[in-house]
Amino acid sequence: MQCECANRSSDLSLLDDVLNAYAAVPGSLITILQQAQAIYGYLPMDVIYHVADKTGSTPAKVLGVATFYTQFRFQPVGKYLIMLCNGTACHVNGSERVAKAICDYLQIDDGGTSADGLFSFSIVACLGCCSLSPVMMINEETYGNLTPEKAVSILQTLREQEGVS
Amino acid sequence: MSYRVVVGQGSCGIAAGAAKVYDVLADALSQSDVTLHIAGCIGMCWLEPIVDIYCDDALAMRLVKMNAEAAKAVADACKAGDLSALVPYAITEEDAAFLSQQTRIVLRNCGIIDPESLESALQAGAYTALSKVLSAEDGMSPEAVIACIKESGLAGRGGAGFPTWFKWNAARQSAGEEKYLICNADEGDPGAFMDRAVIESDPHALIEGMLIGAYAIGAKEAVVYVRAEYPLAIKRLNAAIEQARQAGFVGQNIMGSGFSCEFRVKAGAGAFVCGEETALIESLEGKRGMPRLKPPFPAAAGYWQQPSNINNVETFANVAWIINHGGAAFAAMGTERSKGTKVFALTGKIKRGGLVEIPMGKTLRDVIFGIGGGIRDGRAFQAVQMGGPSGGCIPAALLDTVIDYQALAATGAIMGSGGMVVMDDTTCMVAMAKFFLDFTAKESCGKCVHCRIGTKRMQEILARMTEGKGEAGDIELLEELCLAVKDGALCGLGQTAPNPVLSAIRYFRPQFEAHVMEQRCPAHACTALLQYHIDADACRGCTLCAKKCPVHAISGEVKSAHVIDRSVCIRCGQCKASCKFGAIIVE
Repeated sequence: MQCECANRSSDLSLLDDVLNAYAAVPGSLITILQQAQAIYGYLPMDVIYHVADKTGSTPAKVLGVATFYTQFRFQPVGKYLIMLCNGTACHVNGSERVAKAICDYLQIDDGGTSADGLFSFSIVACLGCCSLSPVMMINEETYGNLTPEKAVSILQTLREQEGVS
Repeated sequence: MSYRVVVGQGSCGIAAGAAKVYDVLADALSQSDVTLHIAGCIGMCWLEPIVDIYCDDALAMRLVKMNAEAAKAVADACKAGDLSALVPYAITEEDAAFLSQQTRIVLRNCGIIDPESLESALQAGAYTALSKVLSAEDGMSPEAVIACIKESGLAGRGGAGFPTWFKWNAARQSAGEEKYLICNADEGDPGAFMDRAVIESDPHALIEGMLIGAYAIGAKEAVVYVRAEYPLAIKRLNAAIEQARQAGFVGQNIMGSGFSCEFRVKAGAGAFVCGEETALIESLEGKRGMPRLKPPFPAAAGYWQQPSNINNVETFANVAWIINHGGAAFAAMGTERSKGTKVFALTGKIKRGGLVEIPMGKTLRDVIFGIGGGIRDGRAFQAVQMGGPSGGCIPAALLDTVIDYQALAATGAIMGSGGMVVMDDTTCMVAMAKFFLDFTAKESCGKCVHCRIGTKRMQEILARMTEGKGEAGDIELLEELCLAVKDGALCGLGQTAPNPVLSAIRYFRPQFEAHVMEQRCPAHACTALLQYHIDADACRGCTLCAKKCPVHAISGEVKSAHVIDRSVCIRCGQCKASCKFGAIIVE
C-alpha cells in the first residue's frame, strides 16, 4: 500500500522528455530532479515516486538524495523566490536586520510563503556577490547593498507591479 | 580614430545596474560607428558599474559608478569624439592603484575580454598553450606537461595547497581505461567569489587549463561541477564549451593531434560538503554528497571508481600561463615554499573591496591596507577571516604575516580558497564564531557523530554566550569539543569545523570571558547583552526617538530629557539610529 502523499495529481507527462533523455544515464538523478523542479516549481511527492519508478530506484533513495540538497523544495513556492544571502560578508554587513525587515513585511518566517502566494523567503549560504553585501536574489536577479528599508521597498515595487497593494 | 565602449557585466556588476547602463548605451549608440561590448568582472566591485572606453585599442578612460544618466553622457561624448565631459566620472588615481598594485595571472583577461566571444578570447591568446602542448612538430608529452607544472610549484588553490603535479602524476600512473578530469567549481565558502568571477569573465582560460590537465593524466572526459547559485557562470561556461567545440578545441581529435576530450557541466544542488572532493564525486554520481573514506584516493578510484583528478577553478586557470611562460617564470614569484600568485576576494568592512591577485609573499597588511585602502568609515581593524568555515580569524598583531600556505597555517587560519573578510571593532568575535558554527552544523552531512552532534553542541554553547546565558567552564568545554570534532571527523569539513572557534578563543579570549563572566559584549553587537539609556545632558527632548520606538519604551516631555524603560526595551536600536544629538548610549 502506498501512502496518501503520493496520490497527488501532478501532470507526469511533462517529465517525459527529461526522463527519456536521462533516465538511462547513470548518475543523472540530481539533473532529473533539478529539471523536475524547474517544471513543477517544487518536487511533488507523486513526481518523486514517478522518478523512482522510471529510473529503477526506490522512492526512499530518490527522496534521500532530494532532501540532502538545499536546492530542492517539497512545497510550492510563491511567484517570487527571495533568497537572502547569509554569507560571511553579508552577515558582517547586517544581513540579519534585512532578514527581520523582510519577515516583518511579509509576515512570514524563513522558509515561508506570503499569504497572497506572491513571495517565498529563504535565507541561503553565500551567493558570491560579497562586495555588494548584503545581497539578495529574487528569481535570478541580484540586488545588492541592501538596507532593511531598501529591501522592503524592492518587495513593495514588485507587489505594485503585480497589482497588489 | 574609433571608440570601443565596454561595459563590465559580471554578476556583481549586473546587480549594481550594469545591464541598464548597457541598454541605454546600446540604444544611444545604435546609429553610430562606436562599438559596444561586454566584459566580465575587473574586480573593482565597489566601483560598479564600470564602463571602459578604448580608443584605437588602448584604454582611453575608465568610468566608474555609472548610471543611466551617465551612460547617455558617455554615448554623447563618444559620438562627438570628445571625452572631456566625462572627466567627472573617471576613476580616481587612488582607486586605480587597486589594480596597479596587483600581479594578474589567473585574472589576466577578467574584465578585459568579452567572455561570450571566442574571438575575443583568441585575441587575448586563449588556446595558444594548448596548441603548444599538442603541436605535431614540437609538442609536449604528458610527462613533459607534468614536469613543467612540477617546476612551477603550482599547488591546489582550493585551499589545501596540495602540489598539483603530484595529483596529476598519480592519476596518470594509475591503471585504468577510463580516466576523468573534474573541476571543482562548487565555491561554497561564504565570502569567496574568485571562481565565479573567473568563469563569468574568462571561461576559456578554465577550459584550456582543463584540456591540458586532461591530456596530462590521460582523461577523455572532463566535468565541471558548478554551484547552482551561479546561473550566469553556468550559462557562460556552457556557451564557451559549445564555441570551443565548434572551433575544434573540445571533442574528438583536438587540433588534429589525436587527443580527444569531451566536456560536461554539472550543476550542484546546494551542499557545502560537496566542495570536499570525494563528496563531490558522490554527488556527480547522483547520490547524497557524503565523503568517502580515503584511501583509496580519487587518483586511484574516483568517479565511477575510475582514476580521477580534481582541481579547483583557480588552479586550472593558472595552467595555460605556466605552459606559455614556463614553470620557472611561475616559480620565480612567491616565497620559498609557496609559488605563484593567489586570488583573494577582499570583502567585509573594507574601503575598496573586490578581487585581488598578488604574488605569494606579500603581507596581509599589503593587501588590506595597501590595496584595499584599510577600514571603512574610519573605524579600527579588528581581524581578518580567511578560509571561511574551515579557517580562522587573524588579529591586528599578526597583520605582517606573509601570505603563504605555511605562514597562514601557523596563525591558526588557512590560506583557504581566497575569501578574505575584514572585520572592524563593531564585530563581536563570539558571534562570529557562532555564525560559522551555525553554518557547519547546518552543512554537516551527518555521517560522522562528532561532526554531526559536536558542531551542534558547540553552536548551542556559543548561542547561550551571545544571549548572556553563558556558564563558567563554557570556554573550556568548547575547547574540549573542538579537539574531539577535529579528531573524530572523516573529511576536511568536519576536521576543520572547529578552526573558527579555536582561533577566535586563541586571539580574542577576553571577549569570550566578557560574555560569560560579565554578560557583556565589548563590540556592542550581541543584542541580548545591550543596555540602552539616554544621556540626559545631550538629550534635547525632540521626541523623535519616542516616536520611532516600536514598543513605546521611551517617554518624556517635549524639550526635556527622555527616559528608556529597560523592562520594555527590545534593543532594536531604532532610537539610536534616529537621534540627531548622539544622546542614546549603548552599553
